[in-house]
Amino acid sequence: MIPTDWIYGLIGGLMIGAAAAMFLLVNGRIMGASGILGGLIDGSGKANTKERLAFVAGAIGVPAIVYLAIGAPATNISNNMIVLILAGLAVGIGTRMANGCTSGHGVCGISRFSVRGIVATLIYLLAGGVTLLVLRQWLGLI
Amino acid sequence: MRLLFSLLSGGLFGVGLMVSGMTDTVKVQGWLDVFGAWDPTLAFVMGGAILPMFLAWQFSKVTTTSVLGTSIPTPSDPALDRRLIVGSSIFGFGWALAGLCPGPAIASLSFGGLGGLSFMIAMLVGMYVQPSIRHFGLGARGIA
Repeated sequence: MIPTDWIYGLIGGLMIGAAAAMFLLVNGRIMGASGILGGLIDGSGKANTKERLAFVAGAIGVPAIVYLAIGAPATNISNNMIVLILAGLAVGIGTRMANGCTSGHGVCGISRFSVRGIVATLIYLLAGGVTLLVLRQWLGLI
Repeated sequence: MRLLFSLLSGGLFGVGLMVSGMTDTVKVQGWLDVFGAWDPTLAFVMGGAILPMFLAWQFSKVTTTSVLGTSIPTPSDPALDRRLIVGSSIFGFGWALAGLCPGPAIASLSFGGLGGLSFMIAMLVGMYVQPSIRHFGLGARGIA
């Protein structure tokens, strides 16, 4: 690990937390990426569609402006379509089934000591660790 | 005003994900690869993100109305259920497989290329079909 990585991690993390805090205290809403997006997709968020769209527009648009202005860090996204589609389906189904992802359960849940948030986070970290153990360490597939 | 602050929150969230390294799938997989070459960077991201949100929740105990006049949600903490456990396991598998979770997938859409777009489309399809899963009570919506 390059020593500066954790400084960027910390600064970026504080920005993520500040965004979540603003959304809670200004708009009175919980910032969960899968919840905001999922509500638009399956129709469960009809009551505040515009607010959801504005959030997603900001989350796509502002990084796009930064990217065009000064460039973006490497994403190193896989070029294996089977991996991408399988992973995308799993993330979509799993986060909606569990009612939250890294931002909702991880950031907003753990910070209020929610048992569900803490348990969800431990489970998806464990599931992720096991996935890499099997597919990377043992089988060398990803 | 609600829309403006939604846009600003989304923008700050997106740039935070970009700066933190969460949009780098190698770094994310490095963090999840606890049995391999473990990269602890994401612990700083999580810690950094939890701190302001912890303060915000504390503040919400004092003021129950948001700046724009709606009440600040006070989520209950329902019992653990099968949906949470199975859903989080499926999510963890997908997150590790591609190194992307929903936030960074959104934030990197403009610079993630065809791969990022493919992941996003598959994720939206997954979100769309999940409520219609008919087995073991794992479909439909629970608490919002």
